[in-house]
Amino acid sequence: MTTSDEDRRAQLLGYFYEESAEGLEAMESSLLEIDIAQPDSEQINAIFRAIHSIKGSGGSFGLDDISRFAHHAETLLDEIRAGDRQLTKKGVDVLLHSTDCLRDMIEAMRDGKESDQDRVEEITGQLLEMLEETEERAPEASQSLSVESAIEPASASPNGTKAEWEIRFAPHRHLLRTGNEPVRILRELESLGELKVTADPEELESLDDMDPEDCYLSWDLSLCTDASEEVLREVFAWVEEDCDLEIRCLSKTVESVTEDANADSNTAEDAKVEPSKAAAAKSSGKSGARAASGGGSIRVSTEKIDALVNMVGELVITQAMLGEVGDNFDENRLEALREGLGQLARNTRELQDNVMRIRMLPVSVTFNRFPRLVHDLSQKLGKRVELVLIGEATEVDKTVLEKLADPLVHLIRNSLDHGLEKPDQRVAAGKSETGKIVLNAFHQGGNIVIEVGDDGGGLDPDRIRAKALKNGLITEEDNPTDSQLFDMLFQAGFSTAEKVSDVSGRGVGLDVVRRNIRELGGTVAVDSTKGVGSTFTIRLPLTLAILDGQLVRIGSETFVIPLISIVESLQIKPEFVNVITGSAEIYRLREEAIPIVRLYDLFDVLPDRQGIDNGLLVVVEGSGSKSGLLVDDLLGQQQVVIKSLKDNFGDVPGLAGATILGDGTVALIVDIAGLIELAKNRIPEASVKTGEVSRSCEAVAEPAESDSAAQGDSQ
Amino acid sequence: MANVLIVDDSVSMRKLVGGTLEDAGHQVVEAEDGVVALGVAKQKSVDLVITDVNMPNMDGLTLVEELRKLGTYKFTPILVLTTETDPERKSLAKSRGATGWLVKPFDPALLLATMKKVLN
Repeated sequence: MTTSDEDRRAQLLGYFYEESAEGLEAMESSLLEIDIAQPDSEQINAIFRAIHSIKGSGGSFGLDDISRFAHHAETLLDEIRAGDRQLTKKGVDVLLHSTDCLRDMIEAMRDGKESDQDRVEEITGQLLEMLEETEERAPEASQSLSVESAIEPASASPNGTKAEWEIRFAPHRHLLRTGNEPVRILRELESLGELKVTADPEELESLDDMDPEDCYLSWDLSLCTDASEEVLREVFAWVEEDCDLEIRCLSKTVESVTEDANADSNTAEDAKVEPSKAAAAKSSGKSGARAASGGGSIRVSTEKIDALVNMVGELVITQAMLGEVGDNFDENRLEALREGLGQLARNTRELQDNVMRIRMLPVSVTFNRFPRLVHDLSQKLGKRVELVLIGEATEVDKTVLEKLADPLVHLIRNSLDHGLEKPDQRVAAGKSETGKIVLNAFHQGGNIVIEVGDDGGGLDPDRIRAKALKNGLITEEDNPTDSQLFDMLFQAGFSTAEKVSDVSGRGVGLDVVRRNIRELGGTVAVDSTKGVGSTFTIRLPLTLAILDGQLVRIGSETFVIPLISIVESLQIKPEFVNVITGSAEIYRLREEAIPIVRLYDLFDVLPDRQGIDNGLLVVVEGSGSKSGLLVDDLLGQQQVVIKSLKDNFGDVPGLAGATILGDGTVALIVDIAGLIELAKNRIPEASVKTGEVSRSCEAVAEPAESDSAAQGDSQ
Repeated sequence: MANVLIVDDSVSMRKLVGGTLEDAGHQVVEAEDGVVALGVAKQKSVDLVITDVNMPNMDGLTLVEELRKLGTYKFTPILVLTTETDPERKSLAKSRGATGWLVKPFDPALLLATMKKVLN
């Protein structure tokens, strides 16, 4: 195989993986939705087609295990489809397992791994068992197979010996209309040996009576060939009912059919015992894996592309217009220039929107796997659950969506396992037996919000408080609000579940959820009412490439604060500033105490002024806690394109990246969660390690002011 | 060189068959089901149709029937490429005017040879 062949195979396999995944997903959701008592025939058909496609394509790619497995499931579905078999709950379950198994097999193939053979055999066994349950079906299936295999060896050519054949071929008049061409058949015979053709014009009618679509000729043929009679008949196989055919052997010599003729037939059954073929399939699976990991593809609706093409068209028009203005420019044309630039700005903005939309996928892509999850888990846990999906068409960036799947799975498991009560408990609490989990996605401003809500028992602040005390997160004197308590659930190692189940609740989890969401530049919070239910709310930017930012100035530097994390901005009133233990400054905002972070100090920038009285405070929220960032000036809000710093500087704590502003200067983008972390670690350091402080003091050149003690004095 | 219309609801199958044909110098048009194929067939002139049987919206056997109703497709060879091996289905395909029946998984050489035959 040449490299380009391999590449192409990998590319084709890419299509196969993608479409199988889609097919299996469709199959799964149909199986979950289907009404077992009265199955909708179109749904059955859809399920059948999905498995049928996998069998066909899989076989064509030489993925014989997959094709064979799919074949069993297909047989079962075919019987259901034909009405020969009743759909049962057990059947649905076996088919669901088959879906999983096929998915695993295909994914293993894609990733170049071994699939779990025991599992494959187990599920194959279940399928076969089901198939055998209806006795009259099984023999028929094996019969049709044996018919096939009986034909195969016969059609292969025997070795060496030639014979003389006489063939009379008289097509019926309508033969041409079946798409068959007698000349093609004659040519094919010619390819088998020496052929003599004599046309018989007996039936020809006069030109006036002749229908040009009819066939009037017939032929007498004599053929000397080493091909068997079966091979000759095979040539006529497609026309035998549309012609009169006589085949006679004149001089028959030895005829033998070799045993190994069987090897030519490429039925799935043969491939099973052919190790070389299996090995080939395996290695090709690996090359497919390379392609899959090499760069994901995305399907874009033509509508989106059309919009893009349209925009580019308008851009070209604007460019032409501006070009014309520039050609012979004088002051009178200033208005035209201004208009052109305005149009350019509009085009750019729309183009940007449209390009961004290309990467957008509906959340249904991820949501669709949850009905299955809920179905399986609720059975395992003995709970009754209704899953409600809202806003599935809401679109979000593909990368965001992919990384969102795991946190969502976790939250749903969490709701099912810890949130919802068992049916009897629910009844006792005066609720309906069936619990409800609502997954709701919607756009809000430039963000996407996803809520996972349940109508279960809700969170118990007292229990969380007790646990937090035990873990040393709070002291007896602390009096955290409910929402502060709830937020502690996102701390590592914090679980109030009394017993660890295999569904969820090992104390690792919500902290991972928060970390994942934070990596996407988003936030997650929980709200709950005891006895009524809980709702987890995830807020995410629509895309990772562009950010809505608030530009702020510190001295001569501009920084970008993500708008999503800003709660409010205010002017500091000195009477609300408190200094705690000589080092940390706290701002009292209504009923909350918010630590003040002096950004100039963290970033070693020379500020306009270092006193905080009447300064500007940007209150931000990240990883569940609020902080006030002290800045010199608020400059304005704008969308900025995020440029990564990773390649050149690695991970810089407190910074999410950089961007280039309209005037060409570079502005750093602040990572709020990281920044808060950074500030937290810094405060105790500042009070203890004076060396560290003095370094930053030198940088700002006014040591007395920025010293932590001096800060305390200034109050 | 021929213009070939490949009808299959599976993208990978279309690409696989299409790739084989393109390598042999043919031109390929794809359609994802019978309805689309019929639309393509009405707009473009095609020398050969290769169709799957099981497809949503319009299956391959109905497509054969519909194509034969079109004046321009009375004699165009139509090959059925499917996993099905049921003789009854085969003869149904034939009675509706299909030219040949190939079974998936297909052998590229066999497909090309068959094409050559039906295209003269």
